[in-house]
Amino acid sequence: MTGMLEKYAAVEGETIIDHLRQLAAPLKGMRMVHVNSTRAGGGVAEILHRLIPLKQELGIDAQWEIVTGDERFFQCTKSMHNALQGNREDIDGDLLRHYEEVNQQNCKRLQNKLSDAQVVIVHDPQPAPLLQFCEQRRGKWIWRCHIDASKPYRPVWRFLKPFVEGYDASIYSLPDFAQPMRHPLYIIPPSIDPLSEKNLDLPDEEIRAIRSTYNIDPERPVICQISRFDRFKDPVGVIAAYRLAKAFGPPLQLILAGGAATDDPEGEEVLAEVRAAAAGDPDIHILLLPPDAHRTINALQRISDIVLQKSLKEGFGLTVTEAMWKGKPVIGGAVGGIRLQVVDHTTGFLVSTPEGAALRIRYMLTHRDRMAEMGRKAKAYVLENYLLTRHLREYLTMMVAVLSGSRDRIELSTPNFNGGKS
Amino acid sequence: MADPFAITDCALIVVATGEKAHNLRELHDRLQRMEDPGVMYFHFWDGLLRPNFVDPEYQNDFSAWAYRHLHDQRLAERLSLINPGDYRTMSALRQRVIHIIEDRMDEGDFDPHGDAGHSFYFMRSQIVIFDTRMRVHTPEEMGARIPRMSTSSIFYHFIDARRRTATRRNDFVEWLKASGDQYGRLADAIAMIDPYFNTLLEMRAQLAAVFEHHLGTLNQ
Repeated sequence: MTGMLEKYAAVEGETIIDHLRQLAAPLKGMRMVHVNSTRAGGGVAEILHRLIPLKQELGIDAQWEIVTGDERFFQCTKSMHNALQGNREDIDGDLLRHYEEVNQQNCKRLQNKLSDAQVVIVHDPQPAPLLQFCEQRRGKWIWRCHIDASKPYRPVWRFLKPFVEGYDASIYSLPDFAQPMRHPLYIIPPSIDPLSEKNLDLPDEEIRAIRSTYNIDPERPVICQISRFDRFKDPVGVIAAYRLAKAFGPPLQLILAGGAATDDPEGEEVLAEVRAAAAGDPDIHILLLPPDAHRTINALQRISDIVLQKSLKEGFGLTVTEAMWKGKPVIGGAVGGIRLQVVDHTTGFLVSTPEGAALRIRYMLTHRDRMAEMGRKAKAYVLENYLLTRHLREYLTMMVAVLSGSRDRIELSTPNFNGGKS
Repeated sequence: MADPFAITDCALIVVATGEKAHNLRELHDRLQRMEDPGVMYFHFWDGLLRPNFVDPEYQNDFSAWAYRHLHDQRLAERLSLINPGDYRTMSALRQRVIHIIEDRMDEGDFDPHGDAGHSFYFMRSQIVIFDTRMRVHTPEEMGARIPRMSTSSIFYHFIDARRRTATRRNDFVEWLKASGDQYGRLADAIAMIDPYFNTLLEMRAQLAAVFEHHLGTLNQ
């Protein structure tokens, strides 16, 4: 055993790694291509950075391509993203046509790679029309939706649906997010990587240094929310919760830290709103971090007593799982994947309002034993359910299943499994 | 002597059917026309291989939903007592669930149209089965191997076996019965392990303990 898998075996046991190798055996040599719209920023890029090398190590010829576009393209896809999450966002017809044209251009550029692949996994709406333009394709195409599309704004979903209906399967983080379609709807929650810079253990001196860099007082309680500056993450609501809780006496400090994704043109606008809401409060630390500030984010989560993810909409909050892995209780918005990630009253609390978040902050800061117990349970829950190896196992299982048709039982030793070769 | 025991492993992938129920009446109506046996199997058995942290007393998804989202403890308790192993077919099991729901709706103190906080999603799974190439030749060797078997392997041999063997027993019992009369009591003891109210880790520990106890007695 060599490379990354060996390191995971050290953390999670060799049985899990053997399992992965056996499951991957029939996929060896197979070419698969992941397509999304950014290599930096956001959870999708982060997951792909970890999953693809592991697939390669298991013998799969896994590759990663991105669609490129101009400002108008990303303006359109951002609106689309918001609309899929339920916002009433009407998108101009010209913009939608531009979205299709950009995808057509990308398809021409990527044609050879996509048409040769035995499996193509297309992430989120940005590259969804590629399938339609890739007429020479011969493999299985799967649409991976990372968004909480449980109640999409219908006009936008009606526009997008014809592009995704033709896929051989789609994947969602939760059954709630799945829109009925004729192809199989697979459910695969995302994961975190315990060995990544965002999650590995840090030396105490490094944590102290980062605390000092950002002028965080070690003697006073800290709450934080780590996420992009996006209205659906409700950073202004977090400031409101902080103020409500602080009014009862605890000398709280709040960290709001996030990076900017290259496919998110709204970030700067929201950041300005957040700065205005903070109104110069010296205990509110608003940090705009570069995309590679993984160790800093790791340290900020470890510095915090409580981690918040008070989203109003959320596909699956990776920062929730990251915080839990560090033994922190999480106060999360009772929406989307967070409802699955945070076990209410056990690994943290689910809340619906800034008032609810403030109440739980106060509760935990005055019940320190309970807070510590929740943190321990949070870590155990992640260990069992949300690490990268489980995610990879489900991807491999799904690939075998898609390549085998819709049979309920697939025996890899039988000649019926043709490994996707036609 | 029986053929060597081929240790097999499996992995499940969850598939949403796209069907959901917002309240008890809808759950009942959807169940009436839900003919895919894989859906009932999923909601009664596959939970063993899925994330599980709270409410372990509600072993099937219907009872857990009744408790957590309909907040109807009476219904949850009744549904939780269903033992899926008692039913020869998934259709019979489905009928039993429907009857319990109908009885509850007839009681009149509960509004079956009341919206659940969270919908019930009907799901099924696909199972990928693979040969680990490991072979066990004797019950003694099996006793030593079990603590090191993966939980998904335990699921395949102990749970999944019930729907693919004519006797509806688990693979360990089948193999021991063919291994000689001296292992008859061990096979009977394994057949007594309740497959339903245990996690896979607990099942593995119980299996290992039963092997150790009986083989220890045989060797004395």
